[in-house]
Amino acid sequence: MLSKRIIPCLDVHDGRVVKGTNFVQLRDAGDPVELAALYDQEGADELIFLDITASSDNRETMVDVVRRTAEQVFIPFTIGGGLRTIEDIRRMLRAGADKIALNTSAVQTPRLIQEGAHAFGSQCIVVAIDARSTAAGQWEVYIHGGRTATGKDVLEWAAEVEALGAGEILLTSMDRDGTKIGYELELTRAVSRAVSLPVIASGGVGTLEHLAEGLTVGEADAVLAASIFHYKEYSIEEAKRYLAQRGILVRGLV
Amino acid sequence: MIGIVDYGRGNLRSVEKALEKVGFEATIMASPTELNLVNGLILPGVGAFADAMQALRQGGWIEPLIRFARSGRPFLGICLGMQILFEVGEEHGEHAGLGLLAGRVVKFPPGRKVPHMGWNSLQLEQPSYLLEGIPNESYFYFVHSYYAEPGEKRDVAATSDYGVVFPAVVSKDNVWGAQFHPEKSSPWGLKLLTNFGKWVNENAALSGH
Repeated sequence: MLSKRIIPCLDVHDGRVVKGTNFVQLRDAGDPVELAALYDQEGADELIFLDITASSDNRETMVDVVRRTAEQVFIPFTIGGGLRTIEDIRRMLRAGADKIALNTSAVQTPRLIQEGAHAFGSQCIVVAIDARSTAAGQWEVYIHGGRTATGKDVLEWAAEVEALGAGEILLTSMDRDGTKIGYELELTRAVSRAVSLPVIASGGVGTLEHLAEGLTVGEADAVLAASIFHYKEYSIEEAKRYLAQRGILVRGLV
Repeated sequence: MIGIVDYGRGNLRSVEKALEKVGFEATIMASPTELNLVNGLILPGVGAFADAMQALRQGGWIEPLIRFARSGRPFLGICLGMQILFEVGEEHGEHAGLGLLAGRVVKFPPGRKVPHMGWNSLQLEQPSYLLEGIPNESYFYFVHSYYAEPGEKRDVAATSDYGVVFPAVVSKDNVWGAQFHPEKSSPWGLKLLTNFGKWVNENAALSGH
């Protein structure tokens, strides 16, 4: 049967992995290609690189990271951050990425989802949604790395991106990101139920229990985590062993 | 030398890098005229059945691919590249495939998320060279919305379960197919590609191809 996925996320700034709290305060966490290869060996199910470099001047740096990663990593990996055109998407896929994630550009140019899905297949178009709670049971879509409110309702946007041909949703709770108090389970579950696409839960994981909750209570298909793995608080193997003990189906290496 | 068919569909670079990683030389082939230079062939593919067949037709690949398969040289289809080995695909109407394997390619019935995306385990159904050293219940990475319904049960080397049990690895003589992406299924996918590469070399040594 299909297993649940554990996905380490690497925020990349100028070709280095960094980790911030609530979208600010960056700390260096290593070389992306080295970390990616390590995660592959440890049994990560997929990887996501988010390029948080502000200017597009350094896009070539990211293409190089993708190219080098593709030579050493043999699990699927996704690239997100600053991709605005079909040509941007094509470059990343050509360099060896399996999927690309659209966030700000998807909101500003929804047709990019459709064109991307048509040109390269839905399976490689991930839409990343940054969500902030506005009232009980309500969330608003934010763009520009969480700086700009869009007035869009998260559940409506999720349904819209599915209709446009997205293959997967990467859902980040901005209220929880970097807090280590756990995923926003109500949000995760609401989006999982609103679409029939796989949903990746993101934002707030601090313990292995949080991973389990995201997959069970949150009904997510995959869980994304950054700092708990980068700083070696837990290994991927420990995470999988824990989830397996909780009766959650995960991929073992043997 | 292993050829990788480039017909504008699929992540060829990943397949090439994975073969390199396990020690086999591969070449991406933009034209069927190069087919006589290779000892084994990989047909990758993502996207829709009819689009892929149309692209193969436009590139003049159809007859040369069938001839290659009949030459006895090892031939591996990956993902959509496996599906088009069959006779008929039901994606957006009925479309003819290469017809190297008996059967049809059909959509997953409702009641599950589609595409079937992620890591699923294999049930080994029959011993096969391609799966040598790969344990039962090993995980591989899948992304697909359609699956093959083989006409011949004996062509199925391994199955997976996604609410329906479907063929994950098919084999008939020198023609093989993997519904998953071995190039993205570290570590067992690399093992499968190693088996394929060895088989290509052995076959070349034996037959002079």
